[in-house]
Amino acid sequence: MSDADKALVEFQNVSFTLSGTNIITDLNLTVERGETLVLLGESGCGKTTTLKLVNRLFEPSAGEVRVEGKSTTAWDPIALRRRIGYVIQEGGLFPHFTIARNVGLVPALAGWETNRIDERVRELLSLVGLEPDRFAERYPRELSGGQRQRVGVARALAADPPLLLLDEPFGALDPLTRASLQREFADLTKRLHKTAILVTHDVREALILARRIGLMHKGKLLLLETPEQFLTSEQPQVRAYLETLELKGGDH
Amino acid sequence: MSFWQFLQLNWSELLSLVQQHVVLVFIAILIAVVIGVPTGILLTRYRSLRGPVLGLANVMQTIPSLALFGFLIPLPFIGGIGTRTALVALVLYSLLPIIRNTVVGILGVDANVREAAVAMGMTGSQVLRQVELPLAMGVIVTGIRVATVIAVGVTTIAAAVGAGGLGVYIFRGLRQYDNNLLLAGALSAALLALAADFFLGLLQRQFSFEAKRSAAGATVWKLALAAGVLVVLIGGFVWWRGGASNSAGTARVSVGSKDFTESALLAEIAAQMLEARGVSVERRFELGGNLPHEALVNGTLDLYPEYTGTSYTAILHHTPMSDPRAVYEQVKQEYASKFNIEVSQPLGFENTFAMLVRGEDARRLNLKTISDAAPHAPRWRAGFGQDFMSRADGYPGFSKAYGLKFAEVREMDLSLTYIALSSHQVDLVAGNSTEGRIATLDLFQLADDRRYFPPYEAVYLARQDSLARVPALREVLAKLANGISTDEMRQLNYEIDGNKRDPKEVVKAWLAKRAL
Repeated sequence: MSDADKALVEFQNVSFTLSGTNIITDLNLTVERGETLVLLGESGCGKTTTLKLVNRLFEPSAGEVRVEGKSTTAWDPIALRRRIGYVIQEGGLFPHFTIARNVGLVPALAGWETNRIDERVRELLSLVGLEPDRFAERYPRELSGGQRQRVGVARALAADPPLLLLDEPFGALDPLTRASLQREFADLTKRLHKTAILVTHDVREALILARRIGLMHKGKLLLLETPEQFLTSEQPQVRAYLETLELKGGDH
Repeated sequence: MSFWQFLQLNWSELLSLVQQHVVLVFIAILIAVVIGVPTGILLTRYRSLRGPVLGLANVMQTIPSLALFGFLIPLPFIGGIGTRTALVALVLYSLLPIIRNTVVGILGVDANVREAAVAMGMTGSQVLRQVELPLAMGVIVTGIRVATVIAVGVTTIAAAVGAGGLGVYIFRGLRQYDNNLLLAGALSAALLALAADFFLGLLQRQFSFEAKRSAAGATVWKLALAAGVLVVLIGGFVWWRGGASNSAGTARVSVGSKDFTESALLAEIAAQMLEARGVSVERRFELGGNLPHEALVNGTLDLYPEYTGTSYTAILHHTPMSDPRAVYEQVKQEYASKFNIEVSQPLGFENTFAMLVRGEDARRLNLKTISDAAPHAPRWRAGFGQDFMSRADGYPGFSKAYGLKFAEVREMDLSLTYIALSSHQVDLVAGNSTEGRIATLDLFQLADDRRYFPPYEAVYLARQDSLARVPALREVLAKLANGISTDEMRQLNYEIDGNKRDPKEVVKAWLAKRAL
């Protein structure tokens, strides 16, 4: 496997400016196939923008973002997005669609047959721990936050995309639900060999889910390390994060 | 007559007016939705257009409805009289709430949901059709609901341009001082508005996805489908009727009238005589101001009753003169050369302005002529209709000719002046000499001793091409020449205004009696 084949997403000298403000400055980053990369940082650090540069909700002001070796601006945006699963906080589900229709959306857009979509929806709902018979015909507002988040993940996986983008997917959940969903998600990506880029401000979540952690600050990538290296890093920003962890630990 | 009796006698006419009203509102709202929703969508895409377009729609809505109809009448294609003008005005009124709510509804869609839709790989039109429009639908339907309720109200004004609807009863009720007519028209319109509000409210609730347990998407689409089918059916029916009537065009005549009882009566007389001769007649009665003239000139009407003095002064703009023969000849010749319109033989009566006082005053003060009354004028209040106040041969010229100065001059609806006089609200009014209530209310007509008012001989005006096309038309006009005396006309008028009888019945009985 060559380097180009190993890398699913590459950022090369990417900058992004929005009405005169630099959101991302000179970002270089490679996401390898099969890994879960967590972008960690406080709000406004540019981590969500980084995510949106991948599925071309934004286009870089300078530099290049490559997905499967091809610049995002060279991709047909519709085709690109249908190869990328996207999960946002609260799930971003369509309130006027049933759960089944939400999950089956991308296959439906891709023109799958109804039977195949139904089958896939049942399979995915089971996969994320929701009984298809109980949930398929319900509407998002009838579900709890955790259940909606599971549906969001199922929807992102529906057309079996090679890449998942997750923007604070577990942020709005209570701690217990969050912990169990994090575990399940870690299992799932491993089992399905998915590549994922996950954005969070929760260092604990980063340590649980990541193969590599990228710490972002003011539009720049400060470091990119494995969780083990991250825990022992002398970087002041990293220390600050780890101190919050110890504080929390001290409560027990 | 009690309101209940009135309804029993007139329910079929009332129903057909309700039907006209509903069809007008329905078609207008349909057109407004077809224009308004795409416009609204466009405005969400082009922010810079939003201010100007919404501003324009806003201005449309602030124009008083009667004035808007007035502006539209002289315009080519969209103007004139009848359904088309009414529809244009109604659509203009309905646009603002529909456009505005489309914009608000779409911009109000949760940004997360829209972003998710784009990120799922939806195309622009998929985002619009599958996400933005369905989620905005509740707000859009609210806009349609508001527009519909407004349109039900505005449509009552459409009767003024001959488009029919419940306004016909309201205007007629105002004119004839008939509370039953007023009540039937206004009450039905109010009930229609409430019903429209209720049903659109039900529809709107179908789209509130956040609150309801289960959005019955299927029901909505069935409902929309049913509405669509209904539209096609109604549209087809209207088209078919229009087509059918045009194909039988050779023996079809459009008869118009002005907006007062006598004009409508004369028009009805001609209409029934034509129908007796196998001609199909379209009645476009009770048109305001100079509308009948304009409609006759542009071919919308084939025939309407007029008075020589009115043609002479108001249409041809000559200064009044008193010789009836000379006025008639002049009018006949100029109408033929200027408008290709033929003036019929005089019908045999005059309907001139009648200066009326209470009979008791005339006897007490020994008043016979207008000159006799002049010295009393400074202590009197006068009541004049809008028409008399505004025309050159009306109040301005009249008061100068007799040197009259009143303590107060009130402008009011012509039909109300008689009651106002007899109930001492005013002391002198300008009425019509053929008014049926002159005798019954014990009013006295002062003689025009200086012969100020021009002769107002009743005639029919007919298009020359219509006369050539429909031979029966000429036959009818010939039969009516010198056929109606002043007394007969007063009597006929009184049957309608005083006895509240149905004009069609009155005319039918009179024609039978006269064997016409």
